[in-house]
Amino acid sequence: MNYFPDEVIEHVFDFVTSHKDRNAISLVCKSWYKIERYSRQRVFIGNCYATNPERLLRRFPCLKSLTLKGKPHFADFNLVPHEWGGFVQPWIEALARSRVGLEELRLKRMVVTDESLELLSRSFVNFKSLVLVSCEGFTTDGLASIAANCRHLRDLDLQENEIEDHRGQWLSCFPDTCTTLVTLNFACLEGETNLVALERLVARSPNLKSLKLNRAVPLDALARLMACAPQIVDLGVGSYENDPDSESYLKLKAAIKKCTSLRSLSGFLEAAPHCLSAFHPICHNLTSLNLSYAAEIHGSHLIKLIQHCKKLQRLWILDSIGDKGLEVVASTCKELQELRVFPSDLLGGGNTAVTEEGLVAISAGCPKLHSILYFCQQMTNAALVTVAKNCPNFIRFRLCILEPNKPDHVTSQPLDEGFGAIVKACKSLRRLSLSGLLTDQVFLYIGMYANQLEMLSIAFAGDTDKGMLYVLNGCKKMKKLEIRDSPFGDTALLADVSKYETMRSLWMSSCEVTLSGCKRLAEKAPWLNVEIINESDNNRMEQNGHEGRQKVDKLYLYRTVVGTRMDAPPFVWIL
Amino acid sequence: MITELEMGKGESELELGLGLSLGGGTPAKIGGGGAWGERGRLLTAKDFPSVGSKRAADSASHAGASPPRSSSQVVGWPPIGSHRMNSLVNNQATKSAREEEDAGKKKVNDDQPKDATKKVNGKVQVGFIKVNMDGVAIGRKVDLNAHSSYENLAQTLEDMFFRTNPGTIGLTGQFTKPLRLLDGSSEFVLTYEDKEGDWMLVGDVPWRMFTTSVKRLRVMKTSEANGLAARHQDPNERQRNQPM
Repeated sequence: MNYFPDEVIEHVFDFVTSHKDRNAISLVCKSWYKIERYSRQRVFIGNCYATNPERLLRRFPCLKSLTLKGKPHFADFNLVPHEWGGFVQPWIEALARSRVGLEELRLKRMVVTDESLELLSRSFVNFKSLVLVSCEGFTTDGLASIAANCRHLRDLDLQENEIEDHRGQWLSCFPDTCTTLVTLNFACLEGETNLVALERLVARSPNLKSLKLNRAVPLDALARLMACAPQIVDLGVGSYENDPDSESYLKLKAAIKKCTSLRSLSGFLEAAPHCLSAFHPICHNLTSLNLSYAAEIHGSHLIKLIQHCKKLQRLWILDSIGDKGLEVVASTCKELQELRVFPSDLLGGGNTAVTEEGLVAISAGCPKLHSILYFCQQMTNAALVTVAKNCPNFIRFRLCILEPNKPDHVTSQPLDEGFGAIVKACKSLRRLSLSGLLTDQVFLYIGMYANQLEMLSIAFAGDTDKGMLYVLNGCKKMKKLEIRDSPFGDTALLADVSKYETMRSLWMSSCEVTLSGCKRLAEKAPWLNVEIINESDNNRMEQNGHEGRQKVDKLYLYRTVVGTRMDAPPFVWIL
Repeated sequence: MITELEMGKGESELELGLGLSLGGGTPAKIGGGGAWGERGRLLTAKDFPSVGSKRAADSASHAGASPPRSSSQVVGWPPIGSHRMNSLVNNQATKSAREEEDAGKKKVNDDQPKDATKKVNGKVQVGFIKVNMDGVAIGRKVDLNAHSSYENLAQTLEDMFFRTNPGTIGLTGQFTKPLRLLDGSSEFVLTYEDKEGDWMLVGDVPWRMFTTSVKRLRVMKTSEANGLAARHQDPNERQRNQPM
């Protein structure tokens, strides 16, 4: 390849798009490294503290798209204090100063301020695409700046963010000349929506393919919106409460019939079940259905809808569908690849919850299934063994038995054998979440068989440090390990420090690691940031003289090339 | 009333978990019963006997270690994203509120029917705001949407921080007499931080105005609250936009 001029090599590299592959080719030789870095347009940074904006810009001066992730995954479950970090401001400032031609910014679990959004909107003439997932710290004023200043905005995609709603008119901040929108998702906004501005915006956006509304958009508005956007591919319904005999509903039915490109349906944030049938005519085209927020729709209505969805590839649903409902899914949705079943009633139990039977039915009926997230009340080893046999192609397997430490409900045994069967059969498994009663044995299996495993989530599991050691020694491709409430301590933590260089991060909370263990680790590995999140009284950790042996509440460590971060709040100690 | 508990600054190693109960008034009781009983309640070590005993055993083996972690109530479990959790909890709040209204039991103190509150001004206040109390290690969260008046809210807070039923781990432990948070007669007053970052005494503005502007609550010692005059501000003045 080195006999070709650089432009030719660069052209070849254009076809290499995955980050992993690009990273690999940049390691081949100096010349390839150089060509690759100048030609890389999309950069992915899985941990914003692993590097810094200056290094990013030095290496990839021609970048057009940046993806950044901030807080660790367990922040989703309130285990990380809000002020921990993950601020996007310094990144945007640096990018703005460097005059890089940023077109796309995708952020996950980061703190975004209105100031950041304003700066973003004013600094990049060609800015097209903003995707914010599980972020916080901004208000609708920030959205107003984006709307007003980004002349070529194509995507504004807000997924599950915490956004302060200022009763503002951000939707009317899109100038009349803005006709380029392709994606508009504001489902997570809790406030009022200016319906007139919204309708006018949708009407002048012929390229709009994805529209996800918030709960303030009522049914009659939905009917009008769909009527002026029949080209819609992905629709998120806001509020869906209406009288099935009303004129709005009839108009909606008519509009829906015209949406022949509709492939993905979600939302129903407030839903009256008897109107779901309006969507039956287009169900046969649907490949993605997300009803996981539609708590008011009962199993029977869900089933009626799903029976029409023969082409479904992705289904997110509440457990109110029940095992019987899952059997219907299994017999109808033969193309199903991804299933997520969320709990609908945290008060527990109930006849409509799902059990191991539903899971087995799905595994038997859906040969293409590769990703599952399943919340349930109970599980058995036998069921998991069957599932493993039926579906050896799992890439992601996440099982959450709602009651921690619950054993096989038939044999009262731990679920080691069941999960063992999964990891043994599923040779491509990349992500695994465990639950139920588990001993060190399950980790022995994971270490032995889960060769491709990149992310492992452990809660209330294991007996001794051996468990964690099996995983660290066995899973060569481990990237993210997150553990809570499990009896793993300093021995496991310190056994192989160099392992952490091959991983993105390790999270351990309510485990047995001690302050002195963490300090020793930090000493041995200066290229790691070892963070202790200590929300209890700061002084207490040192007070009673047993300082070193104090157990650490929360430990988060990650490899980094830029050393200790300067923006940590006082309750985060970086050792 | 729906409450969520959260670790705040302080000395205790208690971790408090998500507890749900139907209807208003009494807080979720801690202790007793099967894991997911008919009424949701906070989980304790009794519900996870293997967790409790395992950890106790492990802790004992560390000489000189800190005292074994007491009754683990479970923060962040089940692992459902907070956005989804809020939505779920709000739905259950609405459902139970509606159920109670239908049953004709609910006394609505607000000047509007509770159901309409969510939609009249278009704003749905999603769930939780933090509540801290002076001298108490662990902060809590309370769902404003599940309350209709100041009295309601004060009752909830009182139950949260002061109720010491048998089997309940009273957060403060030492307080046993009822608290009158709103009438200024007790040792504590209820204050809140508004959207502009100012700390105010609770109770001066109409309930709904309060719910749209409150960011978080603090139960403050009366002695420390002297500097806080109740402010009567013009509603227009309070609608300044935040600078962009």
